[in-house]
Amino acid sequence: MTLAARRAATAYAFLGIPLLFFVGVRLGPMLYMIAMSFTDWGLLRKTLHVVGIANYEAILADPVFLKSLLNTAKYAVFGAPAVIVLSLGIAILLDRLPRGKGVYRLIYVLPYITPLVAVAWVWRWMFQSPPLGIINAAFVSVGLRAHEFLNSPTQALPSILAVNVWVELGYCTIVFLAGMQTIPSSITEAARIDGASGRQLLRWITLPLLRPVIILLAVLEGIQFLRIFTQVYNMSFQALGGPLDSTKSAALYIYQKAFTNFDMGVAASASLVLFVIILAVTLVQLKLFDRKLTY
Amino acid sequence: MKRTRIGISLCMALFLGGAIAGQAADVTITYWQYFYQSKVDLMNDLIQQFEARNPGIKVEQVTFPYESYQQKVAAAVPAGEGPDVINLYYGWLPLWVKSGYIQALPDFNFSSRYLAKTFYPFVAQSVSFGGKNYSVPTAVRTLALIYNKKLFRDAGLDPNAPPRTLDELLTDARRLSKYDTQGNLVQAGLLMQPSGQGHVWIREVLFRQFGATPYSADGRTVTYNSQAGIQAFQWYTDRITKDKVGYPNFSTDDPTAFTAQKAAMNIDGSFRIATLNAVKNLEWGAAELPTYKGIKSNFASFWTNAIVNGVTGAKLDAAVKFLTFLTSPEVQEQWLQKVGELPATPSLSDKFKNDPVISVFLKGLAYAHATSYVDEAGQRAILDDAVDEVNLKKADPAAVLKAAAVKEQKLIDDFWK
Repeated sequence: MTLAARRAATAYAFLGIPLLFFVGVRLGPMLYMIAMSFTDWGLLRKTLHVVGIANYEAILADPVFLKSLLNTAKYAVFGAPAVIVLSLGIAILLDRLPRGKGVYRLIYVLPYITPLVAVAWVWRWMFQSPPLGIINAAFVSVGLRAHEFLNSPTQALPSILAVNVWVELGYCTIVFLAGMQTIPSSITEAARIDGASGRQLLRWITLPLLRPVIILLAVLEGIQFLRIFTQVYNMSFQALGGPLDSTKSAALYIYQKAFTNFDMGVAASASLVLFVIILAVTLVQLKLFDRKLTY
Repeated sequence: MKRTRIGISLCMALFLGGAIAGQAADVTITYWQYFYQSKVDLMNDLIQQFEARNPGIKVEQVTFPYESYQQKVAAAVPAGEGPDVINLYYGWLPLWVKSGYIQALPDFNFSSRYLAKTFYPFVAQSVSFGGKNYSVPTAVRTLALIYNKKLFRDAGLDPNAPPRTLDELLTDARRLSKYDTQGNLVQAGLLMQPSGQGHVWIREVLFRQFGATPYSADGRTVTYNSQAGIQAFQWYTDRITKDKVGYPNFSTDDPTAFTAQKAAMNIDGSFRIATLNAVKNLEWGAAELPTYKGIKSNFASFWTNAIVNGVTGAKLDAAVKFLTFLTSPEVQEQWLQKVGELPATPSLSDKFKNDPVISVFLKGLAYAHATSYVDEAGQRAILDDAVDEVNLKKADPAAVLKAAAVKEQKLIDDFWK
């Protein structure tokens, strides 16, 4: 065996462990789930039968599932871009700060490192109707009308979405700041000497060079919002995704089918639908953003 | 050398003897219930009493938080682990029986005649499937109107004269409601929480009082979608949309609002007695559910005990003994004293005729109905959503109730097909 071959063998041996983990904990259960989505597996039942595509027909005819998909789309379409645009703006401003960068960075990252369940409950309390919620108390004290927030089928989803944007901001800001450090100062300095303005620098240097970071975050945040669960589970009354299913995400629908109705077959088929959607969205994102750039 | 050999033999004899004795004597059965402090404490006591009387049987209690109780059960089954005797809500029985998770109780100990003789009529009806009985309860629960005496006084109402009819209820509720300058409700006159006990108040009480029958006798046909049913449903939603005496999720939920003294009246169950008694400075009373056109109705429910499928032999014998003990009159009395739930055997209630709170709930039992659920959570959500449709989307109550009936019928049909 040549030295190179031996090196490769060592590398594969070490990589084998995570591979084993991946196959055992990710891939295996996933294949099992795909198989189960064609059965009537119920947790309390001891027998199971193959039912073909009946589960898929059932969920696609279920208005609640379709609504949960629509809600999931709303979370992703409004949430992910909002997080990326806002955090990029904050990162650009922070990068210009001569002093106190660390303090601001900490302020923005705090929500992200707070346990999500705690964040969800604190916001849930703040969104309460009068006489309890602090936000409505503030509204009323300055003469504004009280809002229903989580009690309203039109305001509940944006309220939960806003909280999640607030949580994700810190993480994205940090990643953008790190990305900005990798832009070689020689390029920016050269541009400055050529008389480029701040806006031109941003448009022609910073943004293009941040492209890989933007792609990464677009993909990560897209996935994050597409599988949103904890916030909806904790912020909607009795964890039902209400009022009137207006905040129910696909992930919550799957959870309810699996662990409230014990209908694992139906839950598996819904999971597969969600998986295919996330995969498709991610591939499209990669395709759209990942054009080679040369300087 | 010789001595060592004797020593070893002795040790072995002792060890083996001990092991055999232990094996012959002990059957351990596992009992599951959800975590509720007073129930868990009492159950530990009861297990001691039971073990003292039944040497050779050990009972192990395992508890889980209420929220994840069903999930734990579901997760334990495929893993081949889990309880021998399990405590479950009667509304889950159809699904658990249909799934084959629990076994029919031996007819010798728990015959239909015995059940009919021992328990309230709605119990026997709810635990029997295909002529077999699947579970027995220790305690039952009903609803009552609970009210805050201090808030009654503050509003100039007599704290010892709670409303007796729906009309009086409405008048008092209006008087007890308070609003801020913008018109936001800050003190609810009557809590309107369908996801709490509101949905059963509509289902088994208001529907019947207005002249509708909620379900067919076998529970398989939804029949509340009648003119009378619509009137009953609208009576409920009008209190939210027109009178604004309360609305769903006011101050988080109804027990929270009532214990925080932000609400004057609520429709709640007897299981709340212990909780309310524990709240400092809360002066509360209970009254029978208000009547309408002279008709009384109430909703009864219960947690019940079943033996899991696959428990056989000595374990099954032990489990049957334990069930018999758990549903005995002496345990029922302890249950009422320590947990606050009402005895499942009617004859035991005489002792509490003079208790101002318990007697009110007991009276309700005489005319209570237990819904034959097939999917308690699903059926609750349908009425809950129906109220939300009217309240949040300004939908027409008649159309909403009609749609709810269709939805619920489909749920029932899907279950039995």
